[in-house]
Amino acid sequence: MDIKATVLDILNDLTGNDVSGAMDDNLFDSGIMDSMASVQLLLSLQSELGVNVPVSEFERSEWDTPNKIIAKVEALA
Amino acid sequence: MLTFEPYGNPTYFALLGVALLPLMIGLLYGKRSRLYETLVSIFFLVLTFGGSKWTQGVALIIYILYEVVLTWGYAVYRRNHNSGPLFYLMVILAIAPLTIVKVTPAVENGQASLIGFLGVSYLTFRAVQTMMETRDGTLKNYNIMTFLQFMLFFPTISSGPIDRYRRFEADYRSVPDRDKYLGMLQKGIRYLFVGFMYKFILAYYFGTILMPKLQLMAMHSRGGFLDISWPLIGYMYCYSADLFFDFAGYSLFAVGTSYIMGIATPMNFNQPWRSPNIKDFWNRWHITLSFWFRDFIYMRLVFWFMKHKVFKKPTTTANVTYIINMLIMGFWHGVTWYYITYGLFHGVALVVNDTWLRYKKKHRQSIPHNKFTQVFAIFLTANLVCFSFLIFSGILDKIWFLK
Repeated sequence: MDIKATVLDILNDLTGNDVSGAMDDNLFDSGIMDSMASVQLLLSLQSELGVNVPVSEFERSEWDTPNKIIAKVEALA
Repeated sequence: MLTFEPYGNPTYFALLGVALLPLMIGLLYGKRSRLYETLVSIFFLVLTFGGSKWTQGVALIIYILYEVVLTWGYAVYRRNHNSGPLFYLMVILAIAPLTIVKVTPAVENGQASLIGFLGVSYLTFRAVQTMMETRDGTLKNYNIMTFLQFMLFFPTISSGPIDRYRRFEADYRSVPDRDKYLGMLQKGIRYLFVGFMYKFILAYYFGTILMPKLQLMAMHSRGGFLDISWPLIGYMYCYSADLFFDFAGYSLFAVGTSYIMGIATPMNFNQPWRSPNIKDFWNRWHITLSFWFRDFIYMRLVFWFMKHKVFKKPTTTANVTYIINMLIMGFWHGVTWYYITYGLFHGVALVVNDTWLRYKKKHRQSIPHNKFTQVFAIFLTANLVCFSFLIFSGILDKIWFLK
């Protein structure tokens, strides 16, 4: 499975929302994501894709839309 | 020799204007003189920590040397090693002076600690953050001179905003182009003037004129249920207004001065009184502190709890961590029953808030959402916050326990 599909799966599981229709929407502004969900995302990235992201790498403004998250993960994978 | 409280009086601002003028001209022509900036910083640090406050100055120098040794030593160690216990030990050592300063008044009958100085908290936040990012490997090129500039950046030394090492370094190492700098200058000057209005007009009115009267009236109106009275309720709103205008005013001075120096120090307040819930309130109130707590305590604790599967449910993890996080914030304000209760209050408020948000998400169809509910949410949040500030103010301590 490619990175994009996996990240979307993780996000859908995590938020209970299908985010694939709004790839540039800010997940934090709309309340879909919060700090808790961010940590869950980082842990899932680690277990499902082997991508290690330390908490201090998580600058919220760089991770606030599905597209940005996918781009970040692709850069780190 | 005279000592000045930062941004405390017109003379301080006059000196600030004179000292910053050459710096502004330099930045307009694309130049940053490190030497001049350092001299200005030292001058204002001496104004704040010299003269009759010289003992604080000595405490500051010793403290800075201590934190430099710790952060530098850890950065050198971290290049080739990464032991967990050593990292925890270093963090404990880094916060030890602050802990002593905070605990001393509680065990020594209000006596202040000798090692304390104005701004010790805010410097500790910066040092700990530097250490944590070094451990994560996101801060790789630790530099003692940059660290000193970051710690001792005089506009924000006494009460923040709490910047981040890497963000500060990027600004400090570069010179904004003329258009960008003109924009910063314009903003910076506007911030200073809004700050004047907040701090010297509004906070003066609420804090210096109105508050003592209401406090006296509240003390004289004791005797009812829990000694609650109309003047006490008035005091609650007055104190909240004073707290906001005083601290937001100071923060505007600090951010404004930073902007004039070509450093985009992050903002501390973003219209907190229009927050629709407590969670959003903490994204708008004392932002650099709450984000520091979020990034360096909350998220790290949650990460640790989840990795070690301490709690079964994610919601339990979130709730427990909310309480711990806000309790630490309460303790940080000082070891008194009212600061700790204030922290606990906000921890519980966040838990309730999250539970409600989850419930609302599940029952989206059946819960009304309109103009009225939005206004009601803002009204409720503002009042809950004011009530928490009534606890925080410590007046209940006087009302209930002062004979």
